Amino acid sequence: MARLVLTDLSKRYADHHAVKGVTLDVADGEFLVLLGPSGCGKTTTLRMIAGFIEPSGGRAEIGGVDVTYLPPWRRNTGMVFQSYALFPHLTVAANVAFGLEMRKMPRAEIAPRVTEALRLVRLDGYGERFPRQLSGGQQQRVALARALAIRPDVLLLDEPLSNLDAKLREEVRIEIRELQRQLGLTAIMVTHDQEEALTMADRLVVMADGEIRQIGTQRDLYERPANRFVAGFVGRSTFLDGKVTEPGTFVTSGALRILCRADGPTGEASLALRPERLSLNPEAADNRLPGRVEFVSYLGPVLDVHVRLSPEDRVVVQIRNRTDAAAPEVGDAVAVGWPREAGMVFNSRSAGP
Amino acid sequence: MLPLVLVFWLAFFRQEIPSFPPEGYSLRWFAAIPGNSAFVNGFILSLEVALMATAIGLALAVPASLSIARRNFPGRAAINTLLLLPLVVPGIVLGTSLYVFQIEGEIATGIPLLGTTTGLVLAHALVIIPWVVRLVTASLLGLDIIIEEAAQNLGAGRWTTLRRITLPAIRPGIVAGALFGFVMSFGNLEMSLFLVGPGKTTLPIAILQYLEWKIDPTVAAVSVVQILLIAAAMIVTDRYVKLSQVV
Repeated sequence: MARLVLTDLSKRYADHHAVKGVTLDVADGEFLVLLGPSGCGKTTTLRMIAGFIEPSGGRAEIGGVDVTYLPPWRRNTGMVFQSYALFPHLTVAANVAFGLEMRKMPRAEIAPRVTEALRLVRLDGYGERFPRQLSGGQQQRVALARALAIRPDVLLLDEPLSNLDAKLREEVRIEIRELQRQLGLTAIMVTHDQEEALTMADRLVVMADGEIRQIGTQRDLYERPANRFVAGFVGRSTFLDGKVTEPGTFVTSGALRILCRADGPTGEASLALRPERLSLNPEAADNRLPGRVEFVSYLGPVLDVHVRLSPEDRVVVQIRNRTDAAAPEVGDAVAVGWPREAGMVFNSRSAGP
Repeated sequence: MLPLVLVFWLAFFRQEIPSFPPEGYSLRWFAAIPGNSAFVNGFILSLEVALMATAIGLALAVPASLSIARRNFPGRAAINTLLLLPLVVPGIVLGTSLYVFQIEGEIATGIPLLGTTTGLVLAHALVIIPWVVRLVTASLLGLDIIIEEAAQNLGAGRWTTLRRITLPAIRPGIVAGALFGFVMSFGNLEMSLFLVGPGKTTLPIAILQYLEWKIDPTVAAVSVVQILLIAAAMIVTDRYVKLSQVV
């Protein structure tokens, strides 16, 4: 349990720059998720924290100690690997005991710690089995118990759920989160799964191209995305291209005049709209534009209605699926409305802020 | 299989000249083995040579396999091929070249090799190395390298990781490699023919020499004993590591 501070941490390989100056401050007991598409540098960052990759520059501190160039075995991090990485020739109990043996703990103390760790992950009584005799979910929990048993300063989770089937994934997700909270562990998880990230994190870090694009809570990322990339990656957005003629006014390439937030850039820009902030045929709205329904997708509780506003501009409107009202059909003439605050403006070219 | 069956059958014939149908059955050829010093000494020498050569082969081939499978260095593929080469070079060729090499070596350094047990052991190690390299490398490549990282993450240094995690995890490959290497060394005839010294014959050479004068079922009986010993070794090994999973 400790605070983790990364300062301008970077990793450069001969042919590419995998991580470009990551700076992070993770509070004691915080659950931080690194989220991003594959190749964004999130795993490299995690592996630098664990000590498997030597940084090209910057600094990593765990609990106030500089660990930047310490080998993995000199840092007190507990890692849970995507493939579980259980020792195939050792029993479950021996797997969990391994880290404690490495810490030269007396045998008499190891046994109760192993039992405790296995109890935490609800695998009491499985100690004498071998990993291959367990299901994927159970192996995952052994891996977790093994990482928890050493009482790590920081728990590192590398896509820990991606090898589990959907139903199990939800269970284990909650289980990991509860354990982490209960033990007050500082934890860092890497994932490309947005839903997983949103449900587990205290705070999220969105990464792309080796850089941090935004750090914040779920609400921060969703309601105040810092740039076009985050607006598109976290949650769904439809983007309209055009330019900001004056703060608060956006003109699309299809020549539609739209009122939007006034805090964005001026000149060439993209307007991002969340489908659920838009409504069909509203009484009154800051923006109210006529259009024609081009496509409707039925998603159960909600419908996605794709509406063409101009030859250049099409938006997606998400509406509730109501049995008491007729659903819009392709070809219907409709009006699409949304409040000024729903229109978020970003620099269109650069993905950065 | 048929030659094997015939050898087993022949070993129990009562008559001296093998002919069909057998005149009767007896164990006299087995009983004669302990009295034949050429076979007994050959067996002891073969066993000694195979054991020592296996030990040397393991000591060289296991670290070599670890480097080949785990590290990337220039010439890695070439070294791998080089280590596997004795497998494809015919025994006669290998024997001839080692014969020349050992003579030249002796002339150059004054250290006698040809005809000594040391020379024979070194040559046999050469035959064993490819087997160990092949099986151990295969085991290493089948092993998730992540478990080594997991060990290091849990506090194990490089050496401890090797000793506690990697080597135990590839033990089946090591055992199988050693066993196959041992069997290859024990049964090696062509190469050994060039390298044995006077009065020092391995079992396969003793059998060959015996066959030059006699064709009685003694040879079949010796073969049966040899086959049973190797089979026993395999069965015992299989109890500890499942050979079928490795080979």
